[in-house]
Amino acid sequence: MARSIDRDLTRFKDIVRGKVRDNLRKYITHGEMMGRKGRQVVSIPVPNIEIPHFKHGQRGGGGVGQGEGEVGQPIGRGQDEGDGQGQAGSEPGSGHYREVELELEELAEMLADELELPRITPKGQDSLKSKKDKYTTISQNGPQSLRHFKRTYKNALKRLITSNEYCPDNPVIVPIRDDQMYRSWKTVHDPQANAAVIYMMDVSGSMTDDQKEIVRIEAFWIDTWLQSQYDGVQTRYVIHDAVAKEVDEDTFYHTRESGGTRISSAYDVARSIINREFPPNDWNIYCFQFSDGDNWGEDNNGCLKLLMDELLPHCNLFCYGQVESPYGSGDFIRELRRINDDFENLILSEIDSKNAIYDSIKTFLGKGR
Amino acid sequence: MAISVQRPLPQHLADIQDEMEERAASYGLDFFDTIFEVVDYEELSMMAAYGGFPIRYPHWRFGAQYDELMKGYSYGLQKIYEMVINTDPCYAYLLSCNSLTDQKLVIAHVYGHCDFFKNNAWFAPTNRRMLDQMANHASRVNRYIDQYGYETVERFIDACLSLEDLIDPHSPHIRRTEPIREAVKSPLAKPEDEREEERRRRAEGRFESKEYMDAFINPPDVLQQEQEDKMHKQREREESRSFPEEPQRDVLLFMLEHAPLRGWQHDVLSIVRDEAYYFAPQGQTKIMNEGWASYWHSTIMTKHGLTDAEVIEYADHHSGTMATSPQRLNPYKLGIELFKDIEERWNKGQFGPEWDDCDDMREKQRWDKDLGLGRDKIFEVRRVHNDVTFVDTYLTPEFCHKHKMFSFAYNDAANYYEIASREFEQIKQQLLNSLTNHGRPIISVVDGNYRNRGELYLKHLFRGIELKLDYARDTLTNLEKLWSRPVHIETTIEDHNVVLSFDGSTHEMKPK
Repeated sequence: MARSIDRDLTRFKDIVRGKVRDNLRKYITHGEMMGRKGRQVVSIPVPNIEIPHFKHGQRGGGGVGQGEGEVGQPIGRGQDEGDGQGQAGSEPGSGHYREVELELEELAEMLADELELPRITPKGQDSLKSKKDKYTTISQNGPQSLRHFKRTYKNALKRLITSNEYCPDNPVIVPIRDDQMYRSWKTVHDPQANAAVIYMMDVSGSMTDDQKEIVRIEAFWIDTWLQSQYDGVQTRYVIHDAVAKEVDEDTFYHTRESGGTRISSAYDVARSIINREFPPNDWNIYCFQFSDGDNWGEDNNGCLKLLMDELLPHCNLFCYGQVESPYGSGDFIRELRRINDDFENLILSEIDSKNAIYDSIKTFLGKGR
Repeated sequence: MAISVQRPLPQHLADIQDEMEERAASYGLDFFDTIFEVVDYEELSMMAAYGGFPIRYPHWRFGAQYDELMKGYSYGLQKIYEMVINTDPCYAYLLSCNSLTDQKLVIAHVYGHCDFFKNNAWFAPTNRRMLDQMANHASRVNRYIDQYGYETVERFIDACLSLEDLIDPHSPHIRRTEPIREAVKSPLAKPEDEREEERRRRAEGRFESKEYMDAFINPPDVLQQEQEDKMHKQREREESRSFPEEPQRDVLLFMLEHAPLRGWQHDVLSIVRDEAYYFAPQGQTKIMNEGWASYWHSTIMTKHGLTDAEVIEYADHHSGTMATSPQRLNPYKLGIELFKDIEERWNKGQFGPEWDDCDDMREKQRWDKDLGLGRDKIFEVRRVHNDVTFVDTYLTPEFCHKHKMFSFAYNDAANYYEIASREFEQIKQQLLNSLTNHGRPIISVVDGNYRNRGELYLKHLFRGIELKLDYARDTLTNLEKLWSRPVHIETTIEDHNVVLSFDGSTHEMKPK
């Protein structure tokens, strides 16, 4: 039954979405929603939307309560002036944020509108298929649980009538083995565009938590966008200092190593992941590398060689984000700039603070590849 | 828009209803016919979001409310057991997943509310056909939406709602002029010329008098003085061209009468105002209404309704409803305890000058005149009082002490609310303050032609609590939408009189 409240609820949600859209830039650069990611939805704290009234502020306000306590004992926190709801007169300290649930898809849509991202045209291949079983056919054998009662009955009835055994006064139908029919499945192949995302991050001592937070926020938005563009997205994480290894997502964000930095080791691991799991002809491969750019000098040439020969030819995009650490920013990005003109799928971006995330995402995803 | 068809109450609930109705009536509760309906939580939340009604005009704030209720429920933070609306007949909604014990409790509780709606004086002027009226409002607003577009109407409703609490909740009870009864020709009615004479006399400020006393009762020099004062005032008023004569609390009415609104806008604003007046008594009597209903559910349940198996569950839910917290006074608890306290005092004769003058605490504790007036007294109380007068009249130092009441205040420096006092006078004053005008600032129209430029000038009656400035600015913005000329509000900020203004593009704050 259509209820009239649905109309108001939809309208309200539209208004809230409008708010999220208006403030998307703020949400992009603040990591507020990252911890709130479910499978399909994110919930976002949005300042409450309400109709303004003339009302009392907190100063001079108070109320009456019940319970134990000495005079002067604090009983509840006030709110920061300037925002928020709550009738200070009677209910101190009520929350003033509203959790809004948004589908990831929708969020990606907003992101695209905000950053003017072009849609990605997946590499033209449909060799990779997803298989699905659909129970649409009938078969003569199968498990009892799938027995098609109606057809079995019909068969038995037909058989009895043709053999003249059917007696209308005593219509007992007993199916025999040959009458039995079963539901059965057909395998359906769906062409599917698949993407593999490989994140590489420098976890050497010079990368602090602030830098990792930036990486985390960027990765969230990149994921959100790519997931909206492909049917299936596989994600792999590689961390490195002087040596590299493949890790899970949690380790990726929380490991901290000390020691030197050899970026080529990460490239090497990335290459082997691609070779092993994602044949480039079937997959749209995205590599995102984050580092503070401090590489061992003698490693740079090895890096460029690996990049040019093994990675760049296979990737839709290879994005390098250089985050600025308290120890300064390295010069790896300068090395990459030397070959930047030759490869249009190599994208470089310098992220000096959280505020730069916005532009960085735009740079990375703005190519529509 | 589908409206739920009346579903018959399941037999076992209908039996409970019959029993409870009989019990309630046997105690002297007097209510309109009450129609119960069982609904699921989504429906109940919808009704609650709509203020108890199945149909309201379209507006997002109902959706917001609904969203909040549903979330609160699904996170297990809150649950509404029942909803009842002030109409004749009364409609009440029961939650389908309530246990049988809960349903009994709730039905008994609802009869308390129904009795209160019917008999409390503050509800007397409300429209008991509000169900129809609300649907009527909805269809009018829908018509305007079809005609002028959803967003146009919505924006206007937003602006109106921003001012919805600027009404005068007492005005429905005030008869400023005697109703004109021209049609009645009773033999006692005075002849026409005599009435004319009387009217003239009144206009001059004369009192009725016998001829030989006239010079004393209406001394000519005083009359003349009065006339001059009147003339003077009138001249002044004409010169300043400001209106209204007296500050007007009903800002919405003032807008209806004087703001340059289009036909549909005028109608929408009057709808918002009508509904605000309809809901006002519920805000004015929250403590009493809930207290009264709780008093009756506990009386009926504990004396008649409960089986042995149900006692624990009942006790659990009753005490849950009555739970107190330091930061929020529970209206259910305060209400029921005050009613019980009054009943006990009037049963024992603990009132009147004799009681007030008694200083002997031991004497007071033993005081029992065995008058048995308690029941009658609480029925009287529920008839004539609202929350403010209820607390003002019946809150006693003993009661405050017994229930560990305290007043708290906001400490600006610490950003904390702190216990301010356990002194009776201060607790009572604080409580009355937060109940007066439903805890909202008192604001009146002072001038509708401010500076002789058609600007609107409101005044906030400052009583120690400042306005929340960001809200005040946003509200002024909405006010300007209705008035279409600059708007001002005079208030007090940090001990200075200031005027907040909005002229359609910029906000200003100037010292008065």
